Amino acid sequence: MSLIRESVREERARASGTPAPSESGRPSGWRRFRRDRSLLLMILPALVLTVVFAYVPMLGVVTAFQSYDIYSGFTGSPWIGLDNFLQLFRDELFWRSMENTLVISAVQLVLYFPVPIALALILNSVLSDRIRSFIQSVVYLPHFFSWVLVVTLFQEMLGGAGAINTLLRRFGMPTWDIMTNPDAFKFLVTAQAVWKEAGWGIIVFLAALAAISPALYEAAAVDGAGRWRRMWHITLPGMRGVIVLMLVLRLGSALSVGFEQMLIQRQAVGRDASEVLDTFAYFYGVVNNNFGFGAAAGLFKGVLSLILIIAANKVAHAFGEDGLYRR
Amino acid sequence: MTALSRPRRHTRRPVWEEPPTRAGQAGKGLTLGLVLAAILVPLYAVVLTSFSTQAAINRAGGLVLLPDELTTSAYGQIFANRLVTHALWVSCAITVAGTLFSMILTVLCAYGLSRQGSWGHRPILMTFVVTMFFSGGIIPGFLLVSALGGYDQYWSLVLPGAVSVFNILVMRAFFAATSRELIDAAGIDGAGHWRTLWSVVLPTSRPVLAVISLFYAVGYWNSFFNAMLFLPDNGKWPLQMVIYTYTLQGTALPGTGITQTGQYLGHQEVAPLSIQMAVVTLTLVPIVLAYPFVQRHFAKGMLLGAVKG
Repeated sequence: MSLIRESVREERARASGTPAPSESGRPSGWRRFRRDRSLLLMILPALVLTVVFAYVPMLGVVTAFQSYDIYSGFTGSPWIGLDNFLQLFRDELFWRSMENTLVISAVQLVLYFPVPIALALILNSVLSDRIRSFIQSVVYLPHFFSWVLVVTLFQEMLGGAGAINTLLRRFGMPTWDIMTNPDAFKFLVTAQAVWKEAGWGIIVFLAALAAISPALYEAAAVDGAGRWRRMWHITLPGMRGVIVLMLVLRLGSALSVGFEQMLIQRQAVGRDASEVLDTFAYFYGVVNNNFGFGAAAGLFKGVLSLILIIAANKVAHAFGEDGLYRR
Repeated sequence: MTALSRPRRHTRRPVWEEPPTRAGQAGKGLTLGLVLAAILVPLYAVVLTSFSTQAAINRAGGLVLLPDELTTSAYGQIFANRLVTHALWVSCAITVAGTLFSMILTVLCAYGLSRQGSWGHRPILMTFVVTMFFSGGIIPGFLLVSALGGYDQYWSLVLPGAVSVFNILVMRAFFAATSRELIDAAGIDGAGHWRTLWSVVLPTSRPVLAVISLFYAVGYWNSFFNAMLFLPDNGKWPLQMVIYTYTLQGTALPGTGITQTGQYLGHQEVAPLSIQMAVVTLTLVPIVLAYPFVQRHFAKGMLLGAVKG
């Protein structure tokens, strides 16, 4: 993710007048356009798709200020100003979805975020190359499964008729159906997120660990630092940049908590537990055909997310780290 | 070979490091063992159940954990089911066509953006990057694809997500790291950009090509929500929609004699649970097959782009 940072950094260097090494003097705009026309031709198809499927929908947020009617379209639908938003803020279910989103995000921050870091530390201390790469292959795998598949696996293992409850029943122990329990839902979705993504998450931390010079450890050991002091004074400071970056990313996406994951499990735990901002917009907009209202909910979330990203970066900068982009 | 391409880290404990404590070793082993079990046991149980007879499933009371009576009848059943075979075909076609399409666009775009100082470089790059931070939301996207006539059309599963800006940036970082002398030499030899891309950059970029292809392929193979939005007719569904409807929601799969409560009846000839698990296994297979070929490139392909700096 820091590649965005890299790109911006390169651009900065260029914009501040450092000439690119290969050119001497800048040719005029038209000359450069002609020179680079094949590069531009290469960019064009992807650019067109991005403009159509990312920028046109951004213009489409005008529906949030309309009483949108699918037959009249953007131009024919009546403008109603901020009515959709006023209605939104009066809607109890909207605040419910906001609360669910924030609670699930907070639970994930506490229970999910440290898992890949801990796993990376453990894995890094495994000496055998073969065992280490076997474990890596296994823990990366769930990242490539769909949410449908992950929820199905959880259902079959932990559901009321799942493997674990069947075993419990056989030994006469009380069963425990977490899959349909609205109160435990925030922990269930966190467990699923850990199962699916925590393994993949260790990649960046392993890279950070590999970048720490072994000489530092050796010097510290010679000076009499034990394994815990080496961990505290060398390993954790070495990972600090990446940890802050990951934290910024997580805070920036705090309002997106697994849309498909919630959608799939809505039936099992009910709307009150599973409604998050994204599903709220989807159900009001697409399912109930109340497009303007759904778009208003979506726009509200989009703007809030943007503010969060910027704020999280500010916090990172305050701690002297780069975050997603530099000051 | 591997020793050359992948620098081996210390496989022996350095002399200055104290020997591990018994408790530390045990705790570490236990944790890693639990992690492996948590991932592998469900997969094992699903695959085993898909090969089990109804009698075995009844005895186990659900997923089969120990091999009992084995049969391939579930696979016979699903391959005879038009809905499942068509869904398999749709998923494969979308994955292959979509991945090819996405890769062509991504490679071209990443190369086009990898040259600093080219015309419009900075604004064009920013145009892409902005979309990673702000999107119009689900509703405008849905309205747009509908307005373009994507409802009930297969292309609605491919076009809207065909270009991933993240993948473009990863590949761009990799291309930009391709040896400048090599590219300049190609230029001096009279190769244009197309020629340079084809004969110099691509052959040296295998790791990133493999990893990004896998990302796209997995994205298409797993695509579920777009199918739910745009494909109302179950005759057009990809596999993920089939699993969602017939395994998670427990709706009867037409033509298999499964009823909504079928899995608890147990007196049918066909094992409903094993059929469901066979469909699940079917979606696992391509991922698990493709994975080993790409996995060794993860570190190289991913990290260079994503964690540089």
